[in-house]
This record gives sequence, structure tokens and C-alpha cells, in this order.
Amino acid sequence: MTSLKQLFGGDTRQFGMIFALLALVVFFQIMTGGKTLTSGNMMNLFNGNSYILILAIGMVLVIIAGHIDLSVGSIAAFAGIVVALVMRDWDFPWYLGIVVGLLLGALIGAWQGFWVAYVGIPAFIVTLAGMLLFRGANQFVGQSNTVPVPQEFRFIGAGYLPEIGPDLGYNNLTLLLGFALVAAVIYNEVRTRKRFAKIGAEAPPVWVSVVKMTLLSAVILYATYLFATGNPGTSFPVPGLILGALVIIYGFISTKTIIGRHVYAVGGNRHAAKLSGVRSRRVDFLVMMNMSILAALAGMIFVGRSTASGPFDGVGWELDAIAAVFIGGAAVTGGVGTVVGSVIGGLVMAVLNNGLQLLGVGADLTQIIKGLVLLVAVAFDVYNKSQGKPSITGMIMKNFGNKGKPELPTATETVISNDVSAR
Amino acid sequence: MEHHKILEMRSITKEFPGVKALDQVSITVEAGEIHAICGENGAGKSTLMKVLSGLYPHGTYDGSIIFQGEEVEFKDIRSSESAGIVIIHQELALIPELSIAENIFLGNEPSRNGVINWDSVNSQTLELMARVGLREEANTPVKDIGVGKQQLVEIAKALSKSVKLLILDEPTAALNESDSQHLLDLMAGLRSKGITCIMISHKLNEIEQIADSITIIRDGKTIETLHVKNDGVDEDRIIRGMVGRSLESRFPDHTPKIGETFFEVRNWTVGHPAVADRLVCKDSSFKVRRGEVVGFAGLMGAGRTELARSIFGRSYGNFISGEIYKDGELVTLRSVPSAIKHGLAYVTEDRKSLGLNLLDDIKTTTVSAALKKITRGLVVDNDQEFVVAEKYRKSLRTKTPSVNEGVAKLSGGNQQKVVLAKWMFTDPDLLILDEPTRGIDVGAKYEIYGIIQELANQGKGVIVISSELPELLGISDRIYTIFEGAITGELARGEADQESLMKLMTARRKTA
Repeated sequence: MTSLKQLFGGDTRQFGMIFALLALVVFFQIMTGGKTLTSGNMMNLFNGNSYILILAIGMVLVIIAGHIDLSVGSIAAFAGIVVALVMRDWDFPWYLGIVVGLLLGALIGAWQGFWVAYVGIPAFIVTLAGMLLFRGANQFVGQSNTVPVPQEFRFIGAGYLPEIGPDLGYNNLTLLLGFALVAAVIYNEVRTRKRFAKIGAEAPPVWVSVVKMTLLSAVILYATYLFATGNPGTSFPVPGLILGALVIIYGFISTKTIIGRHVYAVGGNRHAAKLSGVRSRRVDFLVMMNMSILAALAGMIFVGRSTASGPFDGVGWELDAIAAVFIGGAAVTGGVGTVVGSVIGGLVMAVLNNGLQLLGVGADLTQIIKGLVLLVAVAFDVYNKSQGKPSITGMIMKNFGNKGKPELPTATETVISNDVSAR
Repeated sequence: MEHHKILEMRSITKEFPGVKALDQVSITVEAGEIHAICGENGAGKSTLMKVLSGLYPHGTYDGSIIFQGEEVEFKDIRSSESAGIVIIHQELALIPELSIAENIFLGNEPSRNGVINWDSVNSQTLELMARVGLREEANTPVKDIGVGKQQLVEIAKALSKSVKLLILDEPTAALNESDSQHLLDLMAGLRSKGITCIMISHKLNEIEQIADSITIIRDGKTIETLHVKNDGVDEDRIIRGMVGRSLESRFPDHTPKIGETFFEVRNWTVGHPAVADRLVCKDSSFKVRRGEVVGFAGLMGAGRTELARSIFGRSYGNFISGEIYKDGELVTLRSVPSAIKHGLAYVTEDRKSLGLNLLDDIKTTTVSAALKKITRGLVVDNDQEFVVAEKYRKSLRTKTPSVNEGVAKLSGGNQQKVVLAKWMFTDPDLLILDEPTRGIDVGAKYEIYGIIQELANQGKGVIVISSELPELLGISDRIYTIFEGAITGELARGEADQESLMKLMTARRKTA
């Protein structure tokens, strides 16, 4: 991953992953005879997977810091039932329900973060305990019943952007969103190039930027078209909107803020980070706490979509989220991974699921295929890393015309000179 | 006793790319003697032993090894062990959770059809423990016995493999006085049973006490072999052999501009992080003046790093007592961030595991200890990051195609420059450099020395911890010596030489 990051730079690498995802979409579009890229199916895909993708955002930070969280499914379920109950029994309005859910997530996260960061119990154990604990708490509080949520609350899980303005046959807000995104992509690319020029850094060739912008814009515009032309009353789904906002916020935090840098530093080399003045325990605490808040949010979105909270909500979510993160290029040993990569990893799984369903492949075979995809994707990464080559997405990018700088021979020299120093 | 050679290593030459670690080294060991190998850190002792034990297999070095009259070509450690050569490393290779008996027979379990014969294991263990004078239950986990006894378990393990030549690398480095004495007695006992020992040690008094002959290695070459009985060897004689090289001009010219004392440590006492009653720093006091390069001389394990890291925000050991004064004021540095805030910087001796995140690139590393300086509001300014990294790349002449390169790809010297840049960017008043030139080639060393002097010229205090005495003598304005956690001496630039330092580094404090 590192070598890849050096060869192509962070942005381009993510671009490569998008490319892999697109290839998958095209494959299923052809195999299903055009059933994949329809308005209805795309909305389904987003609605049915946004909560897993939101979990993947939190999970990648946990995994970068060198931990894991197995309790997210149970926490989502617990938050869901508590929110459903306060709205039903105590007549809380929907927005206060959301606040209660997020606070509960923070509280649970603080509890887990305390054990991981300040007592020093491995996150695997703490969250395994949490998985049992909060599943039990869900069933205890809800008495294993299904509790419905009010209509307004369902908006966050199953709502769409409203119809506003003149009727042009499209959903206007969705159109606006799409155009704004394209503008942002172009503005961002131009600005980056200008910055590079200003500080004298080496920018990628112009044609790479142009191809990148064109492709991204085309994808966004096509998606906009799909979402804006769905059945009446449908448009871009609200969970997708929440997901998009979270990707931008967490992408920003992880790459552009001190705390984000510290998460990578702690995961990359905890001792070195400590000796550089990073308060590693606080980092551990915060990533665990953040994960639980996002889990609570995911739980609420799911409840909103399924109109009720039940005793078996969120079973197995942790595994889907973890799989997404690793397909997205994170390292088991910590220190490596990106928010965007994980979301794309999650989308790969989602598209695979969806496409196989459309093809009429049974749940049994779907699981087998998903398992193999996870294994092969990570194995490919590991193999290439051991060979000093870029990862799977890097290989795709290579054929895409980027020329990698040759590896410097210094790596082996360093090893040997260290050997000498040890004599 | 009839003298015959058990081992002869002839003209061993071992090269690493760019470095000749061993150059025509020859050594002859008589059967039934204790043969000490002496030399400064980095002289080539351990490399020689790695060649002998097969860790560097036959074919990767030139020269020949004759063991018990036959030329041998060891492929790996297993083949040297089956010939009867066992090496006990400084870092013991025991498994803490397993019992003494299990450790002794690990990989060599008496068994039938894969089933371990525990009766045989236990009875043999008792026998072996008696031979090495270890009084413990055979089923005690190794983690529950002290380092001294663990050393004995290692020797028992060697004996179980019917060892003929036992190599001990710094056997007493981690032991206290009485454990060391027991070990030396045991070695003498083994000698009387006809087992030959090669011992690598920095403790010259022990060598003088027990060794029959001494081979001195310096800069990868054999200097001489001394026979203790015939040659009338004492510590001074060994030191002269170890350091007697001419000092070339390996250091940039420098006229120090020394100001007043601004940093002072008083009565610093720190306990070992794991062993309750062991002290790693004993009542140490020292001071640093502005613009001064202060050397800390001491052998490996003397407590230099422990002292430095405990001062740097208590990042090592259990703080017991002591005071730090900076610019005349008492400061309490409870954590690394507070140490950094008070203008301290610590460059670790262990770059790879404590100094760098090898996943990071140069620019990320450069700013990692002072991120706040390039952060506006919440946002880390990537442009400034690049600009800062570029500035240091140019001023320190780091050899890299770009600051976007990963630090893992850099050579040792360039990695060290990146680490130095990282700490220079925190704008410290006092830099503590722990073995700043370890694993760095000569040319890069010269540049690092230049950087150190430049930092001192800017009015900063620089502490340099080093095992290489010529280096300390070349760059320090003043040198403290450390032995077993205590400061044993202080020498100004003019009065220090290698012999006086070595004496202070290897002897207990003479005055109370």
C-alpha cells in the first residue's frame, strides 16, 4: 500500500479503486441485461447498504489505529431499540430520538474506549464482550419484541430528496447535487495543480488530470441522471446523502487534521508515535468512541428503513464492515487504509451482492463468492507487497498509463547496513 | 594438559555492500580454555561469531574454519550445533511461558514416535540444573526466574546438546554482581570439565579474572592475541589494544561558542520498568550549557538510553526522584508532549522500531512532532508540510528523489537526517541524540557531525550518547561517563582520551 501511495499518490490510488468498482458494475450490467443500472436498483443498493458503509467509515479508523470492533452490530441494535422506545413510550419527537441515539452511542463508545485505551485490554476482547453485552441489552430492553418507529423517523432510513421548483421531469435537488459535485471535482483538481505549481512540487501529467476529471464527472452525471429520473416520489436517497456527508467529513478528518494524522501514526508505529509526543491512549479512546457513535447512527438509519426495531437487527454487520475495510486496502497490522477506500470496498461487496441477486444466484453461492473475493483481494495485496509491487488496484492503474518511478535500491542496503551496525 | 587447537578461523573476510565488516580475521582457540574476544562496539566481534555459528552460512564469507582438526562448512545454526558449537546470545532465546525443563529441551525433546518422554526430560533437567548450579523446580516457568538464572538455563540447554565449544555474547551484561560471579565460576567449572568457552565481553575486569587468552579485534581486523599467563595482561593493556588507532580527521573543524548553563539534572534516580528493585539511573547529576556538545560515554547497557528517555518526559522506567532545571527554573516533564513543549528533543538509538513510522513518507515524518506549527484552525496545511520538508531536505542534503518518498526506502544515513529534521522542526533548546551515527556509513557520519555542530552554534545544547569513543572525543566539548546507571566521571575536551574514558566506563565510581 505504501509503495502504491508513493507511486501514484493518495488521490490517484483511490481513483484506481473506483475504476475497479466500475468494472464490476459494467460486468453485472452486461450479465443482467441492463437490470443493474436502473434507477430503482441503484436506489435499493444505496438504501440497503448505507448503514454498512457508515460502519466501514468508523471501522477503518479503528483498524488504522491497530484495533478492531466486533460490537458494532449489537450497538446498532441497542441504539435502535432505545430510540424506538423513547419515541413510542415517552413521546420523544424524531429529532430528539436521533440525539438520544447518538448520545447513547457516545456513552457506549466511552465505555469501550476506556477499557481499550486506559485499562489496556485488547479491543478484540472488549468488543467481543460488547457484542454479547449490547445484543443482550437490546433484547432485555425491548423484551425481544419488534418496536415500530413513527413515520417522520423513517425519513432518515427510507426518505428521498423532496421535489422543489419547476417540474422538468427530473428531481431538481438531485440534479443540483450532481452538478455541484462535478463542479467540486473540477475545482479541486485545478486548485491542486495550482498549489503544486506554487510550492514547486511535481504534479502528475496534465492528461492524467484531464482523464481523471472527465471519467469522474461522467460517472457522477450518469448517476445523477439515474437518481433524478426514478419513479415519482423517489430521488437521491437520504441515507446516501448522510453517507456522502460522512465520507467528506471523515475523509477530511483522517487526512487533514492533527487527530487524523495521529491515528495513522499510532497504527504505523505506536512507540515512535509516543516518542514524538502523540497521546496514543487518547487516540485509542477516540477511535473506539467514534466507532460506537457511527454504529448508533447506522442502527437508527436501519430502523428508519425497516420501519421498526427488532431483536435481531445488525447481526453480522461487524463482519461486513470489516470485510469492506480490508477490501478497501487497509492493513491488518494497522497504519494503512483510507476512508474513501473502505467505502469503495463496501460498495464492491454491495454491487457483488446486488448483481448476484439479480442474476438469481442463491444466498449460499453468494456467500461463497463474497468470501473468495475478500480472500483473493487481500491475498493479492499481500503478495504484491511482499514482491514490492503495487496492489491490485495499482496493477489496474499501471495499465491505465501511469508510469511508476523505479524502486530505489536503497531498501536492501538499509537492511544490510543495519545488520552491520548490529555486529 | 596437552594443548591442542579446537578451533581455528583462518583469514575470515566478510563483506556487506560498501562495508568490510571482517578483514582477514584469524583466531585460534585452544581446547579447554576460556578465550575472550575484545573490541569496541562495531569492531566485528558479533559478526565473527555469526560466521562461526553458521548464521552467515558457508559461502557468504571468505576464509576457512577448522574445528577439531577438520574443515567445516556450516550451513546454518543447526549444523554448527550438531558439531558441538553453541552460541548464547546477549538477548536470551528462551520462551518465558514455558518451564525450565521445556526450555532446555525445546526443539530437542527426547521422544518416541512424536510423544515426549517426560520422565527422561525431568530427570535430565535435574542433572543439568545440578551441573550449572541452578536451584529451582524443573517446572518453574522461565519468566518467574531472574535474568541470572535464565542465563544458567541457556547454559544448561547448551550442555544438553553435548556442547564442545560454548560461545557467550556479553553473558554478564544484564546481570548483577553476584550473578555475574556465579556465572564466571560456572565457566571456570566448565573449563575444568574440558568445555571450551569463547566469551565476548566489555567487562575487562571479568576478562582479566577468568580468560586464558584474549584476542583483540579492531575495525574488522585481528590486532593481537594475548596470553594472560605469559604476557602479564591487565586492563590497561587490553584497552590500549582496543583503542590504539590513529584518529584521522573524521570530524569537521569547529570552534565552540559556549554560553551559560541552561539545563541541569540533579540526583536523577529511575527504577527499571519491570524489575522492582533494580535501578537504571542512580543519583545522576549533570548540566548542559548553551552551544555545548556534551558526550555521554558508556558501554551498552550502562544506562545511557535509560537516562535520556527518562528525562524525555519519563518515557522509560519508573521515575523515583530527581529534578530538572531549565533556564534556572524547576520543570516537571511528566509526558513526552510536555518535554517537547519545554524544548527537549530525543533522537532514539533504535530508528526503525522507535524513531520512524516506516509506512510514512518523508514529508509526513518531518512535521510529525510539530504538527501544530503547520496547522491553521483544524486543518493541517499540506503545502506548508511540503515546503518545510523541502527546506530540511535541502539544508541537510538528504538524498532522495522527492520528499514524497517513503522513509522505508532511504538509507540509514538519510533516514537519520529525516529524523533529525523532524526534531529540528520542533525548534528544541536541547537535543538528545542517542547513537546518532549507528548504522551509518562514514560519509554520512561526517555530515551528521556537521549538523550537530551547526545546532550547537545556534546556541542549542546537544547531548550525544555514543558507544564509539573516537566519535565522542571528536565532537564533544565535555564528556560524562556512565557505568551501571551512575555517572562515574566528567572530563573536559582537553583531558579526555580513550584510555581515561574506558577506565571510567568500566570501573565503579571510585569516590562515593
